[in-house]
Amino acid sequence: MFGLRYLTHVVTLELDEQKCNGCRMCVEVCPHAVFEIVEKRAKIIDRDACMECGACAMNCPEGALVVNAGVGCATAVITGAIRGTEPTCDCAADPDCC
Amino acid sequence: MDTPIGKIPRVKARLTSRDWYGSWKVRWAIGRTRYRVPPGLYAVGAPTHESPVLVTANYKMSLDLLRSELAGHDAWIMVLDTKGINVWCAAGKGTFGTAELIDRIDRVRLSDVVSHRNLILPQLGATGVSAHAVEDQSGWRITYGPVRAGDLLAFLRAGRKATPEMRRVRFPLFNRLVLVPTELAVSSKYLLIVAVCFLALSGLGSTGYSVHQIQAVGSRSLLMLLAAYFAGAAVAPVLLPWLPGPAFSLKGAFVGLLAALVIISRDWAGPGIFDNPLEAGSWLLMVPAVASFLTMNYTGSSTYTSLSGVRREMHFAVPAQIGAATIGVVVWVVGRFI
Repeated sequence: MFGLRYLTHVVTLELDEQKCNGCRMCVEVCPHAVFEIVEKRAKIIDRDACMECGACAMNCPEGALVVNAGVGCATAVITGAIRGTEPTCDCAADPDCC
Repeated sequence: MDTPIGKIPRVKARLTSRDWYGSWKVRWAIGRTRYRVPPGLYAVGAPTHESPVLVTANYKMSLDLLRSELAGHDAWIMVLDTKGINVWCAAGKGTFGTAELIDRIDRVRLSDVVSHRNLILPQLGATGVSAHAVEDQSGWRITYGPVRAGDLLAFLRAGRKATPEMRRVRFPLFNRLVLVPTELAVSSKYLLIVAVCFLALSGLGSTGYSVHQIQAVGSRSLLMLLAAYFAGAAVAPVLLPWLPGPAFSLKGAFVGLLAALVIISRDWAGPGIFDNPLEAGSWLLMVPAVASFLTMNYTGSSTYTSLSGVRREMHFAVPAQIGAATIGVVVWVVGRFI
């Protein structure tokens, strides 16, 4: 409830351990220590810490990782809803936002 | 400096007062989208064909943070065209991405400047760059450096190895504090619109519209709106880990309610600032609603919220905010006539 942890049981991250070649790239690029290598294969050890940035899936040479990546930003969700697009922090109409 | 491909601009590792002033201005969201450097290759110190190549974004603060860590060292800095956006945000949009990286390597003729084929990218660029795709398509190998430029020298000394702590994104008090001005500046336009509405409505009363009333009712309305603004855009973001959550909207509502209670509690002791309990009570709904909305938008500035989580949070928070604000406004207007 306190601390810098977000909602639990919502993250879309999926790892196909059969495809993993143990290259460690996911461990290297993950900013929240979601993965660990156990017996030469990646393992998700802290799924709820995932912020769905997509770096792991982007850098997995075996395509073993799938995540519905996007910006975890309410303003982006609202902007997307108004424009009828996916959440976007591309604020052409608002030069002051991210 | 001179290289096989001609002159390459050299940047200083020491930041000047102008750089600091520039950073201060963009933190207040002044000209933030125009704070750019031209993309291309830069030299720090006196790099040779064996020196490391570090890649960054063309947001000037990104380049400043990087070069200021490199005092006394020789390196190449390749700046990608990210439209003046920092590395992590640009990687999320894909402008700090595989295609731009490969294109930029070609354009600056990097193969003619260095004899190796290694690039060091900030770890947070990995959201937009696929290391294996870059190697397949261009032959350049990517090593992801640490998250923070401050760890770069330690990373290089360790033989381009990052410790697990260097790979972690944290969101400490200092980082939350430096974002407060931006948050206040960006939210100020909402504050302005709402404040004007309340000032206009403040003239309403059982005796008709009175300009005289605008001063009394308007000023205490303004006080409550400012309380909501600072609670949601400054206090809650700074106190983030110590507030009940995990939803940001809840954290904001909590601080907003507390702020409203503190101000209104003066009325309980005796004659206070409000005309009637309806007016005071309406703010107990409106201040938390506004603060909750502002803090919810802080998810975009935070470093750990997922899109799925934000969607889940908004699913219950937005109807609650709209409901509380609407009832609050109705009660407030009714209070003007009693």
